[in-house]
Amino acid sequence: MRIKMRILRFNPEIDSIPWWGEYWVDVEESDRVLDALHQVKWYQDGTLTLRRSCAHGICGSDAMVINGRNALACKVLMQDVGEVCQVEPLRSMPLIKDLVVDMEPFFAKYRAVLPYLINDQIPESGERVQSQEARARFDDTTKCILCAACTTSCPSFWANEDYIGPAAIVQAHRFIFDDRDTAADLRLRVLNDADGVWRCRTVFNCVQACPREIDVTRAIGEVKLALMSG
Amino acid sequence: MIHTHKFETIVVGAGGAGLMAALYAGQGSDTAVLTKLYPTRSHTGTAQGGIGAALGNLEEDRAEWHTFDTIKGSDYLADQDAVDLMCEEAVEVIYELEHMGLPFDRTAEGKIAQRPFGGHTSNFGEKPVRRACHAADRTGHMILQTLYQQCIARNVRFFDEFHVLDLLLGDDGQATGVVAYEIDSGDLHVFHGKALIFATGGFGRMWEITSNAHSLTGDGPAIALHRGIPLEDMEFFQFHPTGIYKMGILITEGVRGEGGILRNREGERFMERYAPNLKDLASRDVVSRAIYLEVRDNKGIDGARYVHLDATHLGREVVETKLADSAEFCKTYLGIDPAVEPMPVQPTAHYAMGGIPTNVDGEVQRSAQGDVVPGFYAAGEVACVSVHGANRLGTNSLVDLVVFGKRAGKAAVAFCNENDFAELPAETWEPTQAMLQRMQEHTGQYNVADLRAEMQALMMDNVGVFRTEEGVEAALARIREMQECAGDITVMDKGKRFNTDILEAIELRNLLDLAEITAASALARQESRGAHSREDYKERDDENWLKHTYASKVDGEISLEYAPVNISIHHPKERTY
Repeated sequence: MRIKMRILRFNPEIDSIPWWGEYWVDVEESDRVLDALHQVKWYQDGTLTLRRSCAHGICGSDAMVINGRNALACKVLMQDVGEVCQVEPLRSMPLIKDLVVDMEPFFAKYRAVLPYLINDQIPESGERVQSQEARARFDDTTKCILCAACTTSCPSFWANEDYIGPAAIVQAHRFIFDDRDTAADLRLRVLNDADGVWRCRTVFNCVQACPREIDVTRAIGEVKLALMSG
Repeated sequence: MIHTHKFETIVVGAGGAGLMAALYAGQGSDTAVLTKLYPTRSHTGTAQGGIGAALGNLEEDRAEWHTFDTIKGSDYLADQDAVDLMCEEAVEVIYELEHMGLPFDRTAEGKIAQRPFGGHTSNFGEKPVRRACHAADRTGHMILQTLYQQCIARNVRFFDEFHVLDLLLGDDGQATGVVAYEIDSGDLHVFHGKALIFATGGFGRMWEITSNAHSLTGDGPAIALHRGIPLEDMEFFQFHPTGIYKMGILITEGVRGEGGILRNREGERFMERYAPNLKDLASRDVVSRAIYLEVRDNKGIDGARYVHLDATHLGREVVETKLADSAEFCKTYLGIDPAVEPMPVQPTAHYAMGGIPTNVDGEVQRSAQGDVVPGFYAAGEVACVSVHGANRLGTNSLVDLVVFGKRAGKAAVAFCNENDFAELPAETWEPTQAMLQRMQEHTGQYNVADLRAEMQALMMDNVGVFRTEEGVEAALARIREMQECAGDITVMDKGKRFNTDILEAIELRNLLDLAEITAASALARQESRGAHSREDYKERDDENWLKHTYASKVDGEISLEYAPVNISIHHPKERTY
């Protein structure tokens, strides 16, 4: 089938503002949006720039705005995009070129929540014991691939780019609710900040945007409850 | 603009091996990690089923059984002393990952959960054993995340989106650094180091149907090859039996580990004929060949080039909890729910057993005699220790990258403590800049995507699961023509900022250079062993071919040398499952 790709273009060496480029592609119904973007890049305009790697929704490289919604280009099929597929870079992130945005501010927020297990007590031999129930407590938030689809879909983040954002809270949740970790209070202190978890207005955009189907708003709610209950 | 940096240890690649190496190198030397992606985008993250170690959490298991399985799986081409060391050290390193916070699934007693996997047995081949430690079917994701988390905790210095284009060797042949292209700015950076660790992963993008990411273009081994380093056992490339039909996306072996069954168009469980004992859990080369033979015998589903992987009898809970990601791939890309419908699968290019030759400390060897390049290390899929020989067992790639990433990192620290910075060669960035300029200015007649697609189809047909002299020779001749064509392309993007157009052209050259080495090594090996299956030489030939290939390219000519295999533990036997 023949589909029109409408792609927001920006080359920092040439353009002062972004512009819409239009390209026709011949694709199969089961092709991914990523395949269509490749068709443009490989056979029509080699300057089209995007990030991608694994092409099946695990590496998190190709989050972008597709027909108005945040998604991974490798997880949206062409049969689901309609007659025109409109593609833009993630919102509220510094734009580098075409669909590529500067991820550093996003990773800075990730690092701010101490995203690593903190526990000085290491058993002399073997593994730490953890019950199946305790392991299940934070299973959902271990799925995060740091693609930034959630954070950049959040109106609170659009309004205030200092908001730490859902992705960082998801990462904090993964450790706060891991019973092997001993530093929940440190993370909760970070998230109790003016730009922390309270900026979440439970809009649920993050839940819709997450390509890993993490219940992000629920995780944020659990962090809020942990703060309320001290 | 040229930038220069000085670090004691420079790690190239930030997947499991690179991050593990960086964690250890960083404990005793000033360390930098360069990656052409962001670390969390690395392909380790897509590994699904598990990481093997004889913890014995659910039944008796021993490292020596793991060693035996690995050696047998390798079709006796693995170096047995190295395998023994890996399987012994695997146990401690799994505990180490758990201590770092890796969220393994748990047994009822709260220990690390384990499941069966292809080729892993108890008591030297007697019956399947639960050895694969898993975190749902996203074990690789958890390993990558956990190692990256630890790097953040320890302030490891990262240079993200830096694409390494050249290896700098000193006057005496020692490693002195790399030249990297900063993707965002287009600037070149010279990294001067004492120790250099390559952990750039594999090169599955050489084939049409592959589980590998677009980024897996063999940059590390190609750069080493260009600087005169030989590549070991390149004829051995693993085709995983269960890639999604036409797409190549991996469906974990964990499906069969949990009880999934392969069926042909008649609904027959055909693996019973090929591997009466282990059946669907025979090792990957065996199962991939069986699928090809079924398809050739017109027993593919509807006569097409695929078979069914049936998990419908496992129950929804197993499918949705233990095999969640695979189930989700099927739903997203095929609209199939594996709890009620079988999955269409075909073999998919998956893993390089060959690569840059190293010893067990990750030291890179410059010849088949085993002499090393001072200061140069490699670990993970890019390296050939060799612990996988002619065919890797499932879960052992993850074992390899943590065990040997750690060993390379420690060895780098020891090297840094004993050595000063060696002088950089007279020319550092100049040849790279000249190459980039030439590529960008040249207006040629060929298109990178066309050449890449042709190479991928050519390798799939002629240097894939089955090979013949005629087919490999034809492929080799065409690859050599295509190497010429790759010098006559047009790079459309003439800018400096984030120019992935020029990087794709460079990646294609790297793949073609490795395709040439792969085909030449495959042509020479007149036997069938593991993943290298010659239709004109159907038997394994230990008398003539129980040896490692070292292929290098000197003055435009490929030269092949051979080195003996360490067979100090198990004498080679006929391999049946």
